Amino acid sequence: MSPLKDKGTAIFYLQKMMEIRQFEDKIMDLLAQNIAEGGSHLYAGEEAVAVGAMAALRPDDFITSTHRGHGHAIAKGGKLNELMAEILGKATGCCKGKGGSLHLADVSTGNLGANGIVGGGLAMAAGAGLSIKLRKTDQVTLCFIGDGATNQGVFHESLNMVGTWRLPVIYIVENNLYGMSVSVKRASAVTDLAKKAVPYNMPAVTVFGQDVLAVKDAVEAYVKSARAGNGPAMVVCDTYRYYGHSRSDPRVYRTKEEEKYWAEQDPIKLFSVKCVKEGLLSQKDVEELDKFVENEIEEATKFAIDSPLPNDAELFTDLFA
Amino acid sequence: MREIAYWQAINEALSEEMTKDPGVFIMGEDVAIYGGAYAVTRGLHAKFGDERVRDTAISEAAIVGAGLGAAITGMRPVVEIMYVDFMGIAMDQLNNQIAKIRYMFGGKTKVPLVIRTEGGAGRTLGAHHSQSLEAWFTHIPGIKVVMPSTPYDAKGLLKAAIREDNPVVYIEHKMLYNTKGQVPEEEYLLPIGKADVKKQGKDVTLLSWSLTLLHCLKAAEELEKEGVSVEVIDLRTLAPLDIDTIVNSVKKTHRLVIAHEAWKTGGFAGEIAAQVMEKAFDYLDAPVCRVCGADVPMPKAPNLEKLAIPNKDTIKKAVKELLV
Repeated sequence: MSPLKDKGTAIFYLQKMMEIRQFEDKIMDLLAQNIAEGGSHLYAGEEAVAVGAMAALRPDDFITSTHRGHGHAIAKGGKLNELMAEILGKATGCCKGKGGSLHLADVSTGNLGANGIVGGGLAMAAGAGLSIKLRKTDQVTLCFIGDGATNQGVFHESLNMVGTWRLPVIYIVENNLYGMSVSVKRASAVTDLAKKAVPYNMPAVTVFGQDVLAVKDAVEAYVKSARAGNGPAMVVCDTYRYYGHSRSDPRVYRTKEEEKYWAEQDPIKLFSVKCVKEGLLSQKDVEELDKFVENEIEEATKFAIDSPLPNDAELFTDLFA
Repeated sequence: MREIAYWQAINEALSEEMTKDPGVFIMGEDVAIYGGAYAVTRGLHAKFGDERVRDTAISEAAIVGAGLGAAITGMRPVVEIMYVDFMGIAMDQLNNQIAKIRYMFGGKTKVPLVIRTEGGAGRTLGAHHSQSLEAWFTHIPGIKVVMPSTPYDAKGLLKAAIREDNPVVYIEHKMLYNTKGQVPEEEYLLPIGKADVKKQGKDVTLLSWSLTLLHCLKAAEELEKEGVSVEVIDLRTLAPLDIDTIVNSVKKTHRLVIAHEAWKTGGFAGEIAAQVMEKAFDYLDAPVCRVCGADVPMPKAPNLEKLAIPNKDTIKKAVKELLV
C-alpha cells in the first residue's frame, strides 16, 4: 500500500469522509424533524469507498452514481450548500430543486448523476466511456453500483459492451451486503461479486472498502491502466451502510452483532487512528477537523433551510434545450 | 427534381451529417458490415469506418443508454433499434433516463441523441415485428417523436433531428423504405413540430402520419372524384404536436378523421381528439372519428394482418359515414 504523501492529503481524505458522515447524520436529523421530506438513502458507513475512489480521479473524469449518491456527489467536488439545498428541493440546489436526493447531479464536476433506478447509470457509463474513446481523450469513467445492480439485465448488457470495446470504465461495486433487505447470499448466484467481471474480460479485485487507502490504491491502478488504453476493470468494495436502506427501514434482516462488527470497522475511525499512529496527524488535528466540518455542515444546512423553493414558473422550464 | 427512395433519403441524411459533424456517430445491431436490417445504413461503414459506424451486441438497453451517456459527454449519437418492438427492452433508458435527465438536473445538461427505429405491419412478420408503438413515446414528456411518410420529409427531418439538442425518437415504416419521392440535391432542413397540409379541402380533415398517410392520400383522391373535398394533413411530428394546424383545418372543414396503424385504445388519435375537443368543440359538426389498428397482437396470416390495420377503403368508408 502506498504511504500517505503528506499531511495535507491525509487531512483532505479525512475531511471528505467527515463531510459525508456529518452530512448524512444531519439529513437523518432533518428527516426526523420533517424539515427534509421524501426519501433518502444514506451513505454513512461507506465513506471510504467514495473518497478513496475519487482520490484516483482528475476533475475532468466522469462518474455515474446510485440511489445512495450523496457521498459520491460530495467526494467528486460538489458544493455542500448546493447539495443540501437540492435534497431539500430548494431553488439554490445543484439541480434547482428539480432532482432531489435520488437525482443529485453536478455535471460541472463530472458527476452524471445519482439515479432512482437500481443500475440506472450502467448504460450511461458505457456511453460516457465510448465518448472518451471517440473523442480520443485520456479521461476515465467510474461507474458506481451496489451489489443489487449486478443482478440487473442492463449490468450484463453494459459490461459486455464495455468489455468488448475495451472502454475506459471502472466499475466500483459497493457491496454493502444487502439490496434493500435481501442479502447478497439470497439474491446472487455467486457471492464473490468480482467473478461477475470475468465473463466480460475485465480484471477485478475485491478490497476492504472501509480502508480509504486500499480503495484508492486499487482504483488508481485500474485508472492508470484505463488511461493508457488498457480498458475496463472492476473494484468490489466490501462495505456497510449504518442506517437502513431508507428512513422507514426497521433493519429486521440483519443482526445487532453484524451491525456492531461493522461499527468497529468505521472508515473514519480506522483512518484517523492510522494517521495519528503514524505521526501524520495529532489527535488535536483530528478533533479540530471534526469541528471544522461540523461548522461547514451547519452552514450548508442553514443555507438550504433559508433558501427559497423554486418559483411556480419553474414547473415547465428545463424540459427541452 | 430527382427521385430517390425513402431508405436512400435517410441514408443521405446520415452521411451528410456525419460528414459535417465529427461528433455524429452511429451504433446499433447489424448497422455496419451488414448495413442495417433494412439496409438503411448501407455504405456508411465503408465510408466512415469502424469507430463511427459501430455494430453492437444484441443489447437494446445498452445501445440506447450508451447513446445517452455519449450524448451528455460531448457526442451526437444516432442509435438504431432494429424494430420498434424491441424498444421494450430499452424503455427504462428512454423513460427514466433520457427523457428526464435534463429536467431532473435543472437544465444543466443537454441530450443531443437520435434513436432511429422502424415499425409497422405489412410483411406478415407477426406480433413481435409489426407494431406501431408511438403512443408509448408520445406519453413521455421530454422526448420528440418524428414519423415521416415521404423521402423528402425523412431526409429533412432526420437532419434536423441530428442537429437537435434534445432526444428524438425517429420512427420509420418498413413498408415505406422502397417508396420513392422527390428530394432535392441541395441541402435542406425541415422543422420538427410542423405538420404538412398535403392537400387542401373543405368537407372533412383527414389526419395521419407514416404509411397510413399514403392510404389517406389515395382515399382522398377517390373521394374527390365522388364529390367529397378532403383536406389531408401529414402530422410528421407527433411530439411536439402541431395542434394549431389541425385546429385551423377543423375550423374550416368541421369534421376530423384520424387514421393510424397503432392500436385504437390508448393510441395517439385519442389524444388529438381530446385536444381538438378542448380547442375547437364548437366548430365540430360530427364526433371526431378514429380509423385505427385492431386491438389485437398482430396476427401472422396475411388476410388477418390486412384486416388489423387501416387501408384506403376503410378510411374512405369512415369519411363517408362521417359525412352522412
